[in-house]
Amino acid sequence: MKILSMVGRTLVRALRFLRRDKKAMVGAIIIFLLALISAFPSWFLPHDPAAEIYQPGAGVSWNHLLGTTSFGQDVFSQVIAGTRESFLIAMIVGALTTIVSVVIGLTAAYSGGLIDDGLSLLTDVVLVIPTFPLIIVITAYVKNASFWMLIFVLVFTGWSYGARQLRVQALSLRNRDYLLAARARGESGFYIVFVELLPPMTSLIVANFLSSALYAVLAASGLQFVGLGNINDQSWGTMLYWAQNNEALATGLPLWALAPGVAIAILGSGLALLNYAFDEVANPALRPVRSRLKVKATAA
Amino acid sequence: MRFLVRRLGFLLVALWAALTVNFFIPRLMPGNPAEAMMARFHGHINPASLNALKVAFGVNTHESLIHAYFSYINNTAHGRLGISLLDFPLPVSTVIMKALPWSLGLVGITTILGFLLGTTIGAIAAWRRGGVLDSVLPPVFIVVSAFPYFWIGLLAVWLFALTLGWFPLLGGYNETTAPALTWGFVGDILDHSVLPAMTILITAIGGWILTMRNNMITVVAEDYVKMARAKGLKPRRILWQYAGRNALLPNLTGFAMSLGFVISGAILVEYVFNYPGVGFMLLQAVESEDYPLMQSLFLLITVAVLVAIFLSDIATAILDPRTRSSG
Repeated sequence: MKILSMVGRTLVRALRFLRRDKKAMVGAIIIFLLALISAFPSWFLPHDPAAEIYQPGAGVSWNHLLGTTSFGQDVFSQVIAGTRESFLIAMIVGALTTIVSVVIGLTAAYSGGLIDDGLSLLTDVVLVIPTFPLIIVITAYVKNASFWMLIFVLVFTGWSYGARQLRVQALSLRNRDYLLAARARGESGFYIVFVELLPPMTSLIVANFLSSALYAVLAASGLQFVGLGNINDQSWGTMLYWAQNNEALATGLPLWALAPGVAIAILGSGLALLNYAFDEVANPALRPVRSRLKVKATAA
Repeated sequence: MRFLVRRLGFLLVALWAALTVNFFIPRLMPGNPAEAMMARFHGHINPASLNALKVAFGVNTHESLIHAYFSYINNTAHGRLGISLLDFPLPVSTVIMKALPWSLGLVGITTILGFLLGTTIGAIAAWRRGGVLDSVLPPVFIVVSAFPYFWIGLLAVWLFALTLGWFPLLGGYNETTAPALTWGFVGDILDHSVLPAMTILITAIGGWILTMRNNMITVVAEDYVKMARAKGLKPRRILWQYAGRNALLPNLTGFAMSLGFVISGAILVEYVFNYPGVGFMLLQAVESEDYPLMQSLFLLITVAVLVAIFLSDIATAILDPRTRSSG
């Protein structure tokens, strides 16, 4: 019951936050809409995205909102159908990366000593080795990396920045009185970490999730664009691959290549806007000047 | 000094880690993909080179893993990177040298330019809090940063090269003319670099602006800035000599982290423009399964990033006395 009321309170607070912050509101609406499209693509699909039965290279019309590909597929339907994979990659990589970051960052901060030194060094090394070239090398050997392979590689290379941030924040919390008190009471390490240490770090963890998700969308679509993903998947990145390989730009079908990019950017903007709003919550000095004044006025 | 020694030590550890990863990745892959490549090499290159390749990729050798590991590190340290398949039978190092100047020119200059421009704009935006720059830039660059780098490149190709015809479409120079050190050729190179450079600049600059703005906002509230104001110093002097210098420090450290992103983006931008640099070559190596070239390029990019990070550490040590005194 206690957990339920905690969840309830968090939800109420989140809704209040969204109503107050315009950036967060726009971000949340974007994510909600994309989640809806990913869950029920058939509600939004005017045509079969794979069917190569329409007039190839057709321009924009009511029937084909974004024209057709040179294979005669409907571009708009492909964008809709591609939403699910890109959205899922963002969410799953975001969540898994955050979990790895939390585990490594908190273990380092909480254990201290040699374990901390070792984990911190590992974190810093993974942080400075350029991720994307490494991903390219790994996926080059794997060939046509599947959905789960992409997720594994992105998580494997993407956890370090978050782990470092979380370790620093956990270190600053470590010697606070309420944590010392919990230790003096003889609480278990599990209790201390999950009930005492994690809740005050929520905003940083959420920010971490959002930036990892954004990174995952961009990196995955980049990989798919150069043909290192599974080219038969339905996703925005593979759409870009096919568009590029069939010279969509040069053959007068720019929408084929540009539409999936805009879709990626819409998902990315949603995540980035939420992230930025969270930054402003964590650091009130960053809020726009006018809204700060408004808050003051209503408080007075 | 201790700070720099420690950072140098870290540089070496990171370098060793990259070498080790490079050594083990092909060995960890199911059904060693390098074996297929080796079959294509057979009978084409001399036995010594073939053997070096076998050592590098762990194919059919009777050596122990540890022995192979050390001879691999020894070979790499001496620049013996193997033979390229893409540009057969040139050594990998020769092939890379052809691409390196292009990337150093394009990515190097745009990175430095982006950093300078971004920090300047960010500082001014924070200084005029609530002004036009401060309210317009953050949302604009949040959205820009959500676009894939390469997509901005595609847009630029379509708009400025294909539709308007202002700039050449692909490549680093006009390949019908022979490269020569003439003004015409230099102009041709510049002409070809405008679109890729602008693409990298537009996507990279946002990060610098936002972080500098956020640092600056914190710094402007510090007591010493108020003190400078109270003394009646000129605003311009406070902006650059007092607040700007201190807000820059965390940004220099952040340079290390964002550099990886810039390089990643640049790889795809080079690919979109067929720009003859390291990133485009990396993807070509992937496509033609030229593993020696691919892995050497990965190492090269890693070394470049690590050296750049070390340089930013030196700059931090010079600009911030605190790093020199504390361990």
